[in-house]
Amino acid sequence: MTSPPTRPAIRAEGLTKRFGKKQALNGVDLEAAPGTVLGVLGPNGAGKTTAVRVLSTLLRPDGGRAWMAGHDVLAAPEAVRRDLGLSGQYAAVDEKLSGRENLYLVARLYGFGRHAARRRAGQLLSDFDLEDAADLPSKTYSGGMRRRLDLAGALVARPPVVVLDEPTTGLDPRGRADTWQAVRSLVAEGTTVLLTTQYLEEADQLADAIVVIESGTVVARGSAAQLKARVGGERLSLTVAEPRHRSTATEILATLGEHLPDLDQRTGRLTVATDHGARSLEYALSRLRLAGIVVQDVGLAPPTLDDVFLSLTGRPIAPDGATASPGVAVVGGGAR
Amino acid sequence: MTAVQRLGRDSSIIAWRNLLNLRRTPGSVIAALVQPVMFVLLLAYVFGGSLGGAEYRTFLMGGIFAQAVTFNSAFTALGLANDMDKGIVDRFRSLPMPAMAVLLGRTLSDLTMSAVTLVVTSLCGLLVGWRISASPAEALAAYLLILLFAFAMSWVGAAIGLMARSVEVAQSAGLIWLFPVTFVSAAFVSPHTMPGPLRTVAEWNPVSATATAVRGLFGNPPPSGLPTSDAWPVVHALPYSAACAIVITGVFMLLALIRFRRITLG
Repeated sequence: MTSPPTRPAIRAEGLTKRFGKKQALNGVDLEAAPGTVLGVLGPNGAGKTTAVRVLSTLLRPDGGRAWMAGHDVLAAPEAVRRDLGLSGQYAAVDEKLSGRENLYLVARLYGFGRHAARRRAGQLLSDFDLEDAADLPSKTYSGGMRRRLDLAGALVARPPVVVLDEPTTGLDPRGRADTWQAVRSLVAEGTTVLLTTQYLEEADQLADAIVVIESGTVVARGSAAQLKARVGGERLSLTVAEPRHRSTATEILATLGEHLPDLDQRTGRLTVATDHGARSLEYALSRLRLAGIVVQDVGLAPPTLDDVFLSLTGRPIAPDGATASPGVAVVGGGAR
Repeated sequence: MTAVQRLGRDSSIIAWRNLLNLRRTPGSVIAALVQPVMFVLLLAYVFGGSLGGAEYRTFLMGGIFAQAVTFNSAFTALGLANDMDKGIVDRFRSLPMPAMAVLLGRTLSDLTMSAVTLVVTSLCGLLVGWRISASPAEALAAYLLILLFAFAMSWVGAAIGLMARSVEVAQSAGLIWLFPVTFVSAAFVSPHTMPGPLRTVAEWNPVSATATAVRGLFGNPPPSGLPTSDAWPVVHALPYSAACAIVITGVFMLLALIRFRRITLG
C-alpha cells in the first residue's frame, strides 16, 4: 500500500485557505518521505490544524494540491482515507461508547467484518494499555487514556500514513513519553507520520524533518539540528543585582559568540544564545566577577519554541503566551 | 460490494452507534416518549370534551401520530449538530465510507426511534379509547405511511442540523417550525373554521394529509359535529400524503447532502 520510496508519502504544494478575513494557510508546501516523521511546528492559530484537515480530506483548500500515500487528496479522497489514520484534536472519540465500542466502530467503518473488528479492537486495547477500562464509557477516561484511545483509533487499519494533530497537548510528562514511544514504534514499522506540535522538544525528539509555520506561512524548514543551529544551541540567562551594571553585563555576554544578548526591559533579565553551553557559563561568570558585577541568578536552558520564533520572525509567538511551555492544557478551540 | 450495499452496511453501522448513544441517554428517550403521551392526554381531556368526547379521542390519534413523528425530526437536527460539534463527524469523514452513510445512519436511527414512539403512543391511544377498526393490512399500511412521513421529516431535521452554525441554533431551529406546521393543520381540528388563507395552508399541509390518510386506514371517522372539507388534498389524502413524504425526502436529502459536502470534503 505504501508508495515507492522515491515518491513522498505526504506532499502538499501551495496550500491556501481563508476563513472570512483570516488567511489560515498562505501557500504551504510540505513533504515527507515514506517511513519518516514530519513535524509541523507552530503556535496556536498558526494554521497547523487547518493544514491537517486539508491533508486528511476534511477540508477543501482554496488553492494548492496535496497527495497522501500517493493519492490526490482532492481527486481521490476515498483512496486517501483508506490509507490514512487520523488522531488528534478533531478526530474525537465517542464519549458515550466504551473504548472497545469506539475501536470496534472505527474498525467496522474501515471495512472489517464483525469478528475481525472485535479482534482488532481487543488487540489495540491491549497494545495501548486500556484493557482495564475497555468496557467503561470513554467519558470516564483520563486525558491520557482518551488520547491513547484516539491514537489507537487512528491505527485500526494499520495505515501507511498517520496524521497526529497535537497528540500530546495537555498530557502529563508520562503521557507524553508514552505517546512518543508509540510514534517511534510506528516509524520502526515503516509508517509515515505527520505530527503537529507546539513543542520544540517534541519535534526534536520525534521528527526527521521539521516545518515551522506561522500565520499560515512556512517560516523555516529543516532538521531539528539545523533549526537549532539557526537559533543557537542553548540559552544563557541571568539577572544582575544592580540595574546600572546591565550595559556592562550586556557587553560581556556579547563577547561569548556571534549571538546578540537580549534584555527583557520588564524583568531586567539578560538572555543570550550560546553554542558552548557550560563553558560559556563559566566564562561569563568569571568575566562578570572580574568586572565587579554581582549576579543574582543565572541559568542555562535549551532553546524553546519561543526562542525559535523570536529568532525566525523577530517576535515572540503568541501575545497570550499560552503556548510557551509543555503541560499547558489547551481545550478545543481553533479554526473550523 | 456494490456502492448500494456499501451504503447500507455503513449506514446501519452508524445507526447502531447512534442507537447505542440513545440507550445511554435515557433522559432524552423518555422526553421523546413523554411528549406525545402528554399531547394525547391534553387534547383528549382538556380540549376533547368540547370537541366530541369519545368520538374525538378516536379521531385525535391520527393527528397525534403525524405530530409525534414530526417532532422527532428535532432529534435528527440536534444529533447531527452535536456530532459535528464534538468532532465525531470528522472522525467518520476521515474513514473510507460514503458521506451519505453519516446522514442515512442518523435518519435510520431516528426512524427506529419514531417506531418506538409509535408503539408507546398507540398504547396510550388504546388507554384513552382509540381503536383500530380496519383489517390488519390496512392498519399495517397506516403505520408504514406514518413511518414514511417520519423519514421525510427526519431529513428536514437533518438539513436544519447541518445548516445550523451551532448546537444551540440547531436545537431551537429544529423545534420552532414544528408548532406552526403541526397546528396549522387538520391534525387536531377541522381546517374548516380557520380564516381563508390559513385554511388553504392547513388543507394542503402534508401533516393534515398524513393524519387524514391514517385515520382513513385505521377506520377512525371524524366526530359527527366536525365539519369536513372537500378540498382535493383532503379527498385524496392517501396518495397526496405518500407523494408529499417521497418528495420531501428527496428534496431535503439532496439539500442535506449538498450542505454536508460543502462542510466536509467529497
